[in-house]
Amino acid sequence: MAAAAQASYARHQRGYYLYLLPGAIGFLLIVLIPQIANFVLSFTAWKGVGTPRWIGTQNYERLIGDDQFWGSMIHTLLFIISMTIIPVLIGLVLAALLFDYIRDQFGERLSSFFRAGFYLPQILPVTTAGVLWGWILNPVGVANIILKAIGLGALAQNWVGDATYALPAVSLMIVWIQVGYCLVVFMAGLSRIDPALYEAAQLDGAGWWQRLFAITVPMLAPEIFVVVLTTMIAALKVFAPVFVLTAGGPDNATLVPSYLTYYHFFTTQRVGYAAAIAVVQMVLTVVLATIFLRFQARQQATE
Amino acid sequence: MADAVLDIGVNVGAKPVAVHARRKHGPARWLVLALLVAAMAFTLFPFLLALINGIKSSIDYAANGPLSIPTSIDFSAIAKFWGISDFTLKLVNSVLISGAVAVFGTTISLLNAYAIGVGKVRGSRVILVVLLLGLMIPQESIVYPLYFMAKSSGLYDTQLSVIIIFSVLQSAFGTYLLSSVLGSFPREILEAAEIDGATRWQVLWYVLVPVLRPTLMVIATFFFIWTWNEFLIPLVFLVSNSHQTVSVAMGLTRGQNLADPVLQAAASLMGITPTVIFFLIFQRTLTRGVVVGAVK
Repeated sequence: MAAAAQASYARHQRGYYLYLLPGAIGFLLIVLIPQIANFVLSFTAWKGVGTPRWIGTQNYERLIGDDQFWGSMIHTLLFIISMTIIPVLIGLVLAALLFDYIRDQFGERLSSFFRAGFYLPQILPVTTAGVLWGWILNPVGVANIILKAIGLGALAQNWVGDATYALPAVSLMIVWIQVGYCLVVFMAGLSRIDPALYEAAQLDGAGWWQRLFAITVPMLAPEIFVVVLTTMIAALKVFAPVFVLTAGGPDNATLVPSYLTYYHFFTTQRVGYAAAIAVVQMVLTVVLATIFLRFQARQQATE
Repeated sequence: MADAVLDIGVNVGAKPVAVHARRKHGPARWLVLALLVAAMAFTLFPFLLALINGIKSSIDYAANGPLSIPTSIDFSAIAKFWGISDFTLKLVNSVLISGAVAVFGTTISLLNAYAIGVGKVRGSRVILVVLLLGLMIPQESIVYPLYFMAKSSGLYDTQLSVIIIFSVLQSAFGTYLLSSVLGSFPREILEAAEIDGATRWQVLWYVLVPVLRPTLMVIATFFFIWTWNEFLIPLVFLVSNSHQTVSVAMGLTRGQNLADPVLQAAASLMGITPTVIFFLIFQRTLTRGVVVGAVK
């Protein structure tokens, strides 16, 4: 009897597998097989036509001695500053200001208005942001015109065309884009904090900065963690800002792994080599993503 | 601050005091407000620049520069950019691709989530973890095999190829989100429907979909906007000018010769406008949904 019931239950459950079919086929064709194929390709020399030639780990050995690759990895680390560190710091201060000050002093509506305004760059296609900033930062662009107008003409630069300034210029645009994401996630997190906590702290004489470090930052720890990891994963994949603003140049000053991969896949046609760079990117992403998923699982367990 | 502390000493337990203390208005509040306004002005300044220069005549720009308000509204730069880039077609392509991904991606998400959240099929947790990893891996590591597959199957340079790829990639996120929503759906309702003789398909279509409609709309909105903004895969797959999206067209303007600054401003303005329209329509959905979209 029990066995029959169990069999019927199993049959009942099996019916649901049918609903996984479209997703499973899609995942297999679009993610899994290409992922494996890319991994295999990273051990070959291939121009994209004919048969790939197996060369073992030569691509990876070459990678270790490739200055362009290491340069692009260092730029990724620098982009973590503009994708993660600076936006998180600005986002925290802004979120705390809007939540713990503006809302009380001027009301909910003004606070929401500010939030929406800071978020606006985040929804723009990155390529559009690139066209806009490329226009602002070009040698005869608005940035230099303003500098001249306020008497700082000596500081005017060819911002995206000069190897010294290109990376900071791209970073500036990235910070502009990223702050809104941090702000919105942090404000959503703040909404679950009991306002009485702030009131109590204030009555105890805690100033705004003290409240920021004693209440806001500790209470927002889960959100800060999520934002730091997701933006670091995003920093590993920076492509469009570089493609649009500098194309990796000048003089490789803004080269990033994604651009290098794209360049070798589609311009030099060194498919195996590009695949190896993509594998490195993938492994780094999976490491970060695993930390993220572990953390989420623990969060859900404690909830 | 000292006053507030003193106050509470006198009015112990009186609730309004706290409110009063919070509402202490000093000159500092205007300083903070001014700083925030300055920060937001910096954030919105590029948008304003695109606007005032996109609708300026070249002569006006040459005479008064980029910082002046246009002396008269002039749409010739916009018209010129629209013509050069065949912008109507780009908009149609973007709407078509993003709209199709919103529909198909949401459908796949719903079907997956039904099996995982309601069916509780074996290995659900593993499936979710694999999907999430699939979502986070860099597109660079799948783009070339996909490109090769598309070339061999004749799907290269078609909107369909991009629609299929993004429907699958985006559905990883939708599955993750919907599975947890469906997992907590009251079992009694589902069992009642089953006792009434509803098939699995009927339970999904007549019981769950109507209840889930708002969530499905949020997910579809996200898929639409994410797909609208995607760059690498559309850049690789849509080589013909006539198949490209707004995002790709924008990404390629740098290569084109838009020496005229007014034309560049007009191009930016045209790239901004659709997104700002979405933003105004979906603002609440978007800012609320960002938190759930944090895995992207």
